[in-house]
Amino acid sequence: MSEALRAEWTKLRTLSGTGWLLFGAVVLTVAVSTAVAASVHVASGTGQDPTKLALSGIYLGQTVFAALAVLTISEEYGTGMIRTTLTATPRRLILLAAKAVNVAGLTFVASCLAVSGCLLVGRLLLPGSGLDPAHGYALVSLSHSPTLRAAVGSIIYLVLVALLSIGVATAIRDTAVSIGMVLALLYLPPILAQTVSDPLRRHLEQIAPMTAGLAIQATTDLRSSPIAPWAGLGVLAAWATVSLLLGGMVLRLRDA
Amino acid sequence: MNATTSPPIQRPGEPRRKGFGPVLRSEWTKLRTVRGWVIGLAAAVVLCVVFTFVVGHGNEEGGCTGPPPPGSGPNSPGTNCYTGHPFVPMGPNGEAVADSYRFVEQPLTGNGTFTAQVTSLTGLVWTGPDNIEPSLAHTEPGLEAWAKAGILVTPSTQQGSPYAAIMATGGHGIRWQYNYTHDQPGLSGGITSSAPRWLRLTRTGSALTGYDSANGMTWHEIGTADLTGLPANLIVGLFVTSPVSFESSSGGAATQATATFDHVTLNNHSVSDDGQSRSIGTGSRDYYPTLGTGSTHRSGNTFVLSGSGDIALAVNPLAGGDTASSSLWFGLIVALMMVIVVATMFITAEYRRGLLRTTFTATPERGPVLMAKAVVIGAVAFAVGALAAAIGVPLGMHVLNGNGNYVFPSTTLTEVRITAGSGALLALTAVAVLALGAILRKGASAITIGVVVFALPYLLGQLLSGSAQEWLFRITPAAGLDVLGALPRAAVVDYPSTVANGYYPLAPWAGLAVLGAYTAISLGTASFLLRRRDA
Repeated sequence: MSEALRAEWTKLRTLSGTGWLLFGAVVLTVAVSTAVAASVHVASGTGQDPTKLALSGIYLGQTVFAALAVLTISEEYGTGMIRTTLTATPRRLILLAAKAVNVAGLTFVASCLAVSGCLLVGRLLLPGSGLDPAHGYALVSLSHSPTLRAAVGSIIYLVLVALLSIGVATAIRDTAVSIGMVLALLYLPPILAQTVSDPLRRHLEQIAPMTAGLAIQATTDLRSSPIAPWAGLGVLAAWATVSLLLGGMVLRLRDA
Repeated sequence: MNATTSPPIQRPGEPRRKGFGPVLRSEWTKLRTVRGWVIGLAAAVVLCVVFTFVVGHGNEEGGCTGPPPPGSGPNSPGTNCYTGHPFVPMGPNGEAVADSYRFVEQPLTGNGTFTAQVTSLTGLVWTGPDNIEPSLAHTEPGLEAWAKAGILVTPSTQQGSPYAAIMATGGHGIRWQYNYTHDQPGLSGGITSSAPRWLRLTRTGSALTGYDSANGMTWHEIGTADLTGLPANLIVGLFVTSPVSFESSSGGAATQATATFDHVTLNNHSVSDDGQSRSIGTGSRDYYPTLGTGSTHRSGNTFVLSGSGDIALAVNPLAGGDTASSSLWFGLIVALMMVIVVATMFITAEYRRGLLRTTFTATPERGPVLMAKAVVIGAVAFAVGALAAAIGVPLGMHVLNGNGNYVFPSTTLTEVRITAGSGALLALTAVAVLALGAILRKGASAITIGVVVFALPYLLGQLLSGSAQEWLFRITPAAGLDVLGALPRAAVVDYPSTVANGYYPLAPWAGLAVLGAYTAISLGTASFLLRRRDA
């Protein structure tokens, strides 16, 4: 296992794209959060959730994390590298585990940076938009336990999205189709939920990977959230597990 | 032509291949012979239709009017429960209208003149909670700008009948309106005891004319309606109505207006006592939210009428209506994402496999290759979108109707526009992401950026609200969705014409033009880079 881990780490580390994608993911996440935090106004809605607003960059930033995860496996199929890899590591599930651990580790480090950046932006910009204690909003701060939960949960969310993407890419193998599939899985159910009425809407939001997983970001008005924070992250974890199991099974049974 | 240009080398026996046709055909062959792409495009049509059904099926209308008795369930006796939507009248041109008002009617045979002086106009606004039937128990004073009080003539008091009316309004002065959409201004200013207004409506044959006057002596003609086919026997009388106010509540608060009329005459005689007073379109099954059914008091030649409702085009959210396209668009976004994947791969797969070098060897002019690809993928995407919409529009309307939802009536022209617009939306997006693929050359980045730029705005559009949402559907590629707009805008109604209520910010084809601009920019960039770069 450790050799497989080291081999995968070397591959991931020495690709120039990896660094750029991670950098892009962090920058995009923080940039979107900055734009949202700068443009929000208290008058534009009642009952805003400052922490959720600060972390809103993850909506968009997750696409890059997902793309990186998909690329680590689908590009090997695209270039034919997968045959060399499987010659070196014939035990396929070990290989998949090694890839998953490496991608999860990198995603964890990058998402720690991204989430910290988002919270910092929220702390600095939101009071200027009227979301301050004077208007009844708490400052974004990790000493506030729901915010700490939202921050830690967002990091876990991004790691789980990366794992989900690896599973999908292992099963589909083609880069473009895999990315399309992951993005469809993330973004389409919330739109579908908006177009139908309750109770179907609520059920959809409870089982869809993105809406359920992002329930972890809610710090105010938890009752309006479709699912409890940790239960929502559990739903996403179930999606990631199923996708990895499916990917592992397909990898095991199919010729490369 | 420059003399130094050498003629093309043409060996004997070699078939002459010239022009755009062969390039187009080779690109078409490439597209149709990749099984995965063909399956993907067919699946896009199928999924669009399936999701249209799912969305239509997921929307059910029905409910109960009136508060349930204390301690009883929602279906217990005392509440008026029903399935299906409330009644929305249909106007003379097949449009959905509001037609609810208080009316004191007199018969009018042949030609005639009806005159009245409006001496006061006041109003009340419902302040109670949203979930109970509005009544006069919780109100505050307030006169809606489009509260109406005046003289109305119509062949029938059935809702949706043709009509013409001269009226004083709460904030828009004297107006002459007919058949729900036509509106002409007269004297400005509100009604005060020091400045009452005189109104007059005459009928001469099929011509109905409205006049106003500040003193009852000098009359000014505001407008004429030529309602051909009017029967000889008409109904004329005083009316009062007051529309829902969206000023303090986004869901709308019912209002009531009260007007005092003096010097009421029909053909220069005071009106007879047997004039029937009633409220029209204020029943429990009528869709328009009203504040009570109004009242009429008469003493001598002075009438005091209270009324609630509106006489205008029906608007959302009041009608709570779906449209021909409201269950289609989600399926269309699903199809859009599949088309984005295929269109990107249509060029990035050639870069990946090195096929592009073969392609450029066969056709060294790179511009025509890109154009041929754009034409092929654009035409195919158009077919996918138009086919999906051609099935989805009637299917969606059928399912919504079957579920008891109100679907705004739409003309065949609108449905054809939605169908062709869906095709154009997919075609423009497909060409744009094809160009993106040519610019980026890598499938992964092209698809990610393609989805983020061309599909994600639709999702954000659902999550945002207010002006951010309006601008999103104005300046991002999501403006393409404006082509699905199916609700007519009402000029003489104050209502929140937001995207959430089904009103897109741009005219249909203007929205597509915005998307087309994005397509043109990416196609231009791709064409430039393709010429400048090694393949």
